[in-house]
Amino acid sequence: MDYAVASLRRRRGRNLGLFLAYTLLVFLLASVVLYGDALRREARALLADAPELVVQRLNAGRQDLVPVAWLDTLRGMRGVRGLEGRLWGYYYDPSIGANLTFQVPLEAPPPPGQVAIGAALARARGLEPGDVFSLRTYAGQPYVFTVERILSPASELASADLLLLNAADYRAFFGLPAAVYTDLALRVGNEREVRKVAEKVLERLPGARVITRDEMRRTYEAAFNWRQGLLLTLLSTVLVAFALLAWDKASGLSAEERREIGILKALGWDTGDVLRMKLWEGALVSLGAFLAGYILAWLHVFHADAPLFTAVLKGWSVLYPSFVLQPQVDLAQLAALAFLSVLPYVAATLIPVWRAATLDPDEVMRA
Amino acid sequence: MRPGLRGSTLASGALGLLSAVLVVLLFFSHVPPHLAEALRANGRAQAAAAGLTDPALFNEARYARNGALADPHAPFQDHPMALEHFPAGSLMPPPVRARLD
Repeated sequence: MDYAVASLRRRRGRNLGLFLAYTLLVFLLASVVLYGDALRREARALLADAPELVVQRLNAGRQDLVPVAWLDTLRGMRGVRGLEGRLWGYYYDPSIGANLTFQVPLEAPPPPGQVAIGAALARARGLEPGDVFSLRTYAGQPYVFTVERILSPASELASADLLLLNAADYRAFFGLPAAVYTDLALRVGNEREVRKVAEKVLERLPGARVITRDEMRRTYEAAFNWRQGLLLTLLSTVLVAFALLAWDKASGLSAEERREIGILKALGWDTGDVLRMKLWEGALVSLGAFLAGYILAWLHVFHADAPLFTAVLKGWSVLYPSFVLQPQVDLAQLAALAFLSVLPYVAATLIPVWRAATLDPDEVMRA
Repeated sequence: MRPGLRGSTLASGALGLLSAVLVVLLFFSHVPPHLAEALRANGRAQAAAAGLTDPALFNEARYARNGALADPHAPFQDHPMALEHFPAGSLMPPPVRARLD
């Protein structure tokens, strides 16, 4: 090991460059994995109590409003614990340039004329409980709302852009007739019956689209899966660049290194000693870079709010939620990252060394 | 480097230090699952009461805001050949749909 450290020190500039590139790669890879996993956990927890089934009406291939009569069609169906019409929609607020989500909550809607708003919306509009503000209805008239309360900042991942109001205000604001809903939410008592109930809904309402909670969950699993999406696309360029760098270093031993191996063999080192020395060299660089990269990634994601990814995820959103990710150690994930980042490099280093070390010293030095 | 300090001592020390920092960092910032659930309880209750189906993560474009309920086959809703203008459209995949027959 002493010899390996001395050897690394002799080619200080090159090895330091490699170490920094390696650390950066592990940092990016680990950041993507940690951030994706943490977001997936939060989304899964958030959607755990979402309606088991959402029924939409399709009209010539487009989503349309659901007539109240559909509630009667589905009422009394076996396995259904609850059935409610949901009212929700979007509103572009030109004063802050943001899309708001208007929704009538299923439980405890605010009193007439009052709204509960998300914390990000309150910040963007500078609103406090008790404040009065107006929005322009689709009929062009100002509609006055009083802020009843601001939704807890702890729920911002779910509620950043929400404006909760009661059904009468919603219908008056959007000029919606009383006999329609946006979609229907069904509660199914037994989790294992969800699919069966969904099939029965489709039998009764062939023109409907039924979305299960499992599909909602899987949509977000796919969005946060680190193997998919833009983050990996960005990362793959770094990965390819590093692979080239490592390949260049690992596959082509320099003449100096080959001579060194020849001299060591002439001095009495056997092939095993040379391999062990090079193994230490590779292990020191890759293990050090892995540890440093992982530590930096953990600090980036859980202690610095992941500024690199927030900018990408935020896009052009005005009402972007400010949320805290709960750090949870996943040893299997840590081991997988270590395996993926340390072993390939060590293996790539050893093959050319083994080829040189098995040759005759005289042959290596003359080559 | 102090005279007499061997390379192996230095390297082991550096790796040991990094490992110790990592262990301390993971140990002190790890939130046990039951505590994490308690911290999320408020958001979860609010989402359940409102009957929410999606997080408010991609709210820049209508079609990405409630991605789980969106049309699976119409990602570009403005007009044919429209290129995606919102960054969220590149991150949010089409909704997953099981075949219900």
